[in-house]
Amino acid sequence: MSSEFTKLFELIISASLINNFVFTRFLGLCIFFGVSKKMETAVGMSITFVAVMMVSAAVSWVVFTQILVPLEITFLEIIVFIGIIAGLVQLSDTIMRKVSPGLYYKLGIYLALISTNCIILAVPLVNAGEKYTFIQSIAFGFGSGLGFALALIIMASIREKLELADVPAPFKGLPMAFVITGLIALAFTGFSGLITI
Amino acid sequence: MSDTASSINLKDQLLNGIIKENTIFKLALSLCPSIAVTNNLKNGIFMGLAVLFVQVMVNITISLIRKVIQPKVRLPIFMLVISGWVTVTQLLMAAFVPDVYSKVGLYIALIVAFASILARAEMFASKNSVVPAMADGMGMGIGFLFALTVISFFRELVGKGTLTVPTGLSTAHIFTFINTKPVLIMVLPAGGFLAVGILMALFNWINSRYAKSSAHSH
Repeated sequence: MSSEFTKLFELIISASLINNFVFTRFLGLCIFFGVSKKMETAVGMSITFVAVMMVSAAVSWVVFTQILVPLEITFLEIIVFIGIIAGLVQLSDTIMRKVSPGLYYKLGIYLALISTNCIILAVPLVNAGEKYTFIQSIAFGFGSGLGFALALIIMASIREKLELADVPAPFKGLPMAFVITGLIALAFTGFSGLITI
Repeated sequence: MSDTASSINLKDQLLNGIIKENTIFKLALSLCPSIAVTNNLKNGIFMGLAVLFVQVMVNITISLIRKVIQPKVRLPIFMLVISGWVTVTQLLMAAFVPDVYSKVGLYIALIVAFASILARAEMFASKNSVVPAMADGMGMGIGFLFALTVISFFRELVGKGTLTVPTGLSTAHIFTFINTKPVLIMVLPAGGFLAVGILMALFNWINSRYAKSSAHSH
């Protein structure tokens, strides 16, 4: 039992820090550069993202192992996963609007953006590829979401400061953001070797 | 008369995607593969070709069925068409270029989530007939291929001192240019961000110079 917990913990650490989706696998970059201009939006996006990520990892695991594998149609995984995610986002949008309009007003816009985030599609694909168990899939989803949230919040806090800096004209805006991300990624290389699975 | 007008339009459509609205350098969309697969020229070129293929086929398909799509359910249908063509590309690449596919496979699957492909389907292909839609797809796809080629050329040359030029589906020739220690960081993940940042700035600089000189001459 304890080794199972260690495995889960390692999975979360590895997904969030060592193999951080943004810095080492370069996924979710559109959203990453899009919403990291302000701290407030970055935090809102992070919360929504972690929640949706865990639910979608769980649902796609069930569909993959209970429907796709027995029917031997695993080559349809992309179509099925993107369908699940789009449906899930639409569903939580509707539920949130009815149940908690206040929360919807604050986080609704991020919900719509999430379906274009490639991390949310990559996690079910990796889960299916690595043959993780149900709990491991959720842990991986949670770790990946956490890693994305961490990246987003670090980047937002740097970019808020950068507003005041004097950047050479061709580098203004995105090019500078890329260079900064490169430097953060360099720092994250230091995490490799923290845990060897 | 109408013939020349439409041919000018097609040329504009093509150029628009390559220069004015270059997916990576100008719109900053679909950035994931621009860094993930570009530490090697060959992988960059094949990834670009895959995106070109998907973009053109999706535009053609959407344009063909645009009159029967219910506006209310158009997004799920677009997604379905895109993921169908991505699956086709995935299976084709796994069959014909297995060595490239083993490295870029995950990113091929993620073409589904490309905002740029969905955007062209929504903004252009669903409102135009087949030929302009195809030209638009070609322009966008070639622009993407161009960006990936430039980035991977730069990164492999600086980071490893070599260039892997594909000479066929499964063959490639590796040219060596620098025999002393290359700048290793450029092929590492961190270097990818730096390379794209620098190239983007260069693109901006060239564009602003070009805008200035054309304004001057008029």
